[in-house]
Formats: sequence, C-alpha cells, structure tokens
Amino acid sequence: MHFGIFTVGDIAPDPATGRAPTEHERMKRMIETALKAEEVGLDVFAMGEHHNPPFVTSSPTTLLGYIVARTSRILLSTSTTLITTNDPVKIAEDFATLQHLADGRVDLMMGRGNTGPVYPWFGKDIRDGISLAVENYALLRRLWREDVVDWQGRFRTPLQSFTATPRPLDGVPPFVWHGSIRSPEIAEQAAYYGDGFFHNNIFWPKEHTRRMIDLYRTRFEFYGHGPADQAIVGLGGQVYMRRKSQDAIAEFRPFFDNSPVYGHGPSLEETMEQTPLSVGSPQEIIDRTLQFREDFGDYQRQLFNVDGMGLPHEAVLEQIEFLGGEVVPVLRKEFAASRPAHIPDPPTHESLKAAGAR
Amino acid sequence: MKRTIAVVSGGLGSPSSSRLLADRLAAAAEREVRELGDEVEVRVAEVRDHAHDLVDSMVSGYPATELKGALETVAGADGLIAVTPTFTASYSGLFKAFFDVLDMVDDNALADKPVLIGATGGTARHSLVLENAVRPLFAYLRGVVVPTSVFAAPEDWGGTAAPDLLAHRIDRAAAQLAVEIHRRDAPVVRDPFEPTPFADLLGAG
Repeated sequence: MHFGIFTVGDIAPDPATGRAPTEHERMKRMIETALKAEEVGLDVFAMGEHHNPPFVTSSPTTLLGYIVARTSRILLSTSTTLITTNDPVKIAEDFATLQHLADGRVDLMMGRGNTGPVYPWFGKDIRDGISLAVENYALLRRLWREDVVDWQGRFRTPLQSFTATPRPLDGVPPFVWHGSIRSPEIAEQAAYYGDGFFHNNIFWPKEHTRRMIDLYRTRFEFYGHGPADQAIVGLGGQVYMRRKSQDAIAEFRPFFDNSPVYGHGPSLEETMEQTPLSVGSPQEIIDRTLQFREDFGDYQRQLFNVDGMGLPHEAVLEQIEFLGGEVVPVLRKEFAASRPAHIPDPPTHESLKAAGAR
Repeated sequence: MKRTIAVVSGGLGSPSSSRLLADRLAAAAEREVRELGDEVEVRVAEVRDHAHDLVDSMVSGYPATELKGALETVAGADGLIAVTPTFTASYSGLFKAFFDVLDMVDDNALADKPVLIGATGGTARHSLVLENAVRPLFAYLRGVVVPTSVFAAPEDWGGTAAPDLLAHRIDRAAAQLAVEIHRRDAPVVRDPFEPTPFADLLGAG
C-alpha cells in the first residue's frame, strides 16, 4: 500500500500574522515538503493543478520535473491533472517526458477541476465537463498505446498520422487514477478502463464516499477486470497532529475557521464528526485512518493533505515527520496484517512492465 | 394507494401565520385526497428548524443528517404544500435556501410534482408575491403548480366576510392539488449512484 501527501498549492495568510507567503516562497516550500516526504520514507507526493490565484500549481510537470531531479525513490503524481481543459496531446507528451526523466516514478490522476471560469478561459464550456473528460481521456489512452493515431472527435482538431513523442517508457503508459468527489460518471469511467479511482475523502461524509467507491468497485467487476475487492482504490484525507490532542485542535482551529473551504460553516468539531478531517494525536490519526479500511474496503493508496490554508511551513514539515516517523509505519503494519492475500498492490511502473500492460 | 403530502413552512415565529395557513391547506388537501379514495400522510418541515443546517449546507456542500431527512421527505412526496411569509416583496431567504439546497442535492426532486403555493403577509397589497415570485420559483424547479394559490392577509384571519373567502380559496386549491396527486403514479426518486453504462457516456461525446 502507498502512503503519501498531496497538496493543492494554495497561498493563504497565516491568521496569526496576517502574512501570506509569496508565490516564490510557496513554490520553494512545496518542493521542500516533497523532499521531506521522501526523507521520512513516504511513497507518494502529488500536487493539484490550478489556473487562478491563490494557487501556484499551473504547471505541474515543471514542478514535478524539478522534484524528480532532487529525489530518488518517491513516486510523483498529480491530484489532479485537468483532463477537461488541457489538450490530451500535451498531457500525453508532458507525462511521457516526465516518466522518462523519473525512470518510471510517475503516475497521474485525472480530474475535471473545481473552478468554473477555467473552462471558458481555455475555450471550453463547463456544461461539457463530463463529455470532455470522457473524450479527452479516450484520446489520451490511444496516444500512449498506439504509435500512430488517426482520430476525430468533438472537442479537438482531428489528428492524421500523429505520433505522440516521446513514447511511454518501456512502452508502458503511466498508471492513471480518476479522481472525483461526486460524479458517478467518473467512477464509471475508471471502472470501464480498469484504472484506479481516487476519492479525496475531504469535505464529504463517509456515507457519500462509500457510495462512490462501491459504485466503482461494482462496475470494475461488471467490466471484467476482476472481483470488486481487487479494484484499485485511493483515498485522501486531511490531518493535523500534535503530541497532545488538545494542542492539535487549538493550533488548527484558526486555520480551519479562516479557511475558504472549511470556514464559517459547520464547526471544527462538527466537521471532524461528519467528515474524515482528523485533528489530534498521532495515535488518533492512526485509529481514524485504519477506520477507512472498515468503511471502504482494502485500498491501495492513502494520501494526506497536510499543508495549505496558511499553515506555517515548520508545522507542515512536522506533520510529515509525524507521518513518516510514527503514523505510516503503524498503518503499514496494521493494514498489511488485515489485508487478504488476493488484494493487489498499488500498480507501479515496474509491476505494469512485468505484467506486460499496454 | 398510500400518498404523502410534504408541507414546507417558512414561518419564523411560533405560532406563525404561515404555519397556520400551511396546516389549513394540509388539512383540506388531506380530506380531498381521501375523498378520491387514497390514503394520505402529511409530513411537515419548518425551515426555521433547519436554519443553521441550511446555511452550513451552502458553505460545506453537503446537507447535515436531519436536513437530509427533510429534503428526502419532500423529494419522495406525492405532493408539496409550500408556504412562505412575504419578506421585502418576495419569499423569505430561508424558505428559498431550503429549495436551493434541495436542488443542489437532487435537481430532479420537484420534477412533475404537484405543488400548492401559499403565502402570508402584513398587508393584502403583497398578495401578488405568489404569482410574481413563488410561482416562477417552482416553475423553474419543474413542479406542477396548481392554478389556485392562497395568500392570507391579516384581515383573512378575522373580520366579518373574510374567513369564508379564505376557506373557499383553501378548499379550491386543495381540491386542485388532490386531483393532480390522484392522477399520478407514486414518484420515483432517482438514485444518483445508478450506473450510466460507459458506452452511453462515450456516445454522448
């Protein structure tokens, strides 16, 4: 099972000081969190993609390419790559390039984005969101799997005798996850192709998340990729830790209360009760995360959000140290102890290459 | 056949004149539905009871458990009676919030559902609020709003000739709602997690 961190790359003021990092500082610090994640033994670092302030992640493969050069072991991914507004040809080229540079330490997660105006800014219509995700991804798959592609669709100029270069490393395309919080069509898409399905598992009650994952698992089996419990599931989660639970709550509260996504709605306590948000001691975070397996079945990837909302950089690095030093070692052991033998490991470049995947 | 009528009252006071009107409408509708040969159960939601949850849902994106129950009651009902006080020439914001969140959760919730609309106000001069604000709201949500809407002004609750007029309008509106309920099959609440075959998604592109 893979454990890692994922970030949206937002810039926000620290409520205590009112000061926000510059774009330059935020980017450099984000890189440091990735390096720290590798240092403490985490498996995955993933970042989002946004094309508007207050985010700094408009160019994920540039950032990930830099991290590739400064790391040797950690797998790099996205959370998510916009399959709706990016040209699938450019995604095919960018991520195949990254895959070569990283010697295969790359996968990616497809998403539709959550900012309405991004569609018109990139010449698209948000009402076509699902159709764009379906058509663009169908083309992306062909570009990675067929050396020469003739193609015609609704959203992009046609292709005749087109070869996307570089070809995927060892002829094995990067593994793809499809991320969606609330669109059953995306769970269906992931199931159809036998790709991974990722639920960010933040903001929403577990009953909802369970329906999405159950739908994916059921349809994965329906499309003949194997039993439902062998479908490839990833989950997110947001954590904040201190040695003592009450310190974690007290420190996290001002960030929660001022957050553009959490603030001014249900209280921190209500949100912790109704959603998987976990604020407390390392042991509490362990217990809460182990519960995910009870709720959603055995799964392959767990990503934690530990930064953003103006959290100070030192506190973010400490979260990663808690994860690597205390939380993830226990989770690895506990998850492994309860996992039946037929549950697949998370796919990697090496495993896909060995399996002769196309 | 067993029918359910959901009542949504936007009154803020207790007792509220909106609730008073809603109860009168519900009692009349219950009687009319029974006369057509159906069993009927009335289930009432006061938006005031869900005030915090409504705002939280707007901010968080998901409805709290109790509110979710009220929304499901409305979505699953055979008919809806919706009554709002008149605030600044329109429905109250909290009343609107209830239907905003309902639409967020299930944008098909009121499609083809018989709806009886009512309103209260501090003066009879507000009475067109039903035609100018409330009816378009439910038309947008694709409800089937019965032709008679019922506005109750202060003088409708007392005076000499007025009570008869209010009672007459209530009975006429309730009879129209009952006919619309009676001639429909029970509503089918769509499961949002019902799979769409991927071939259909590909074909839609």
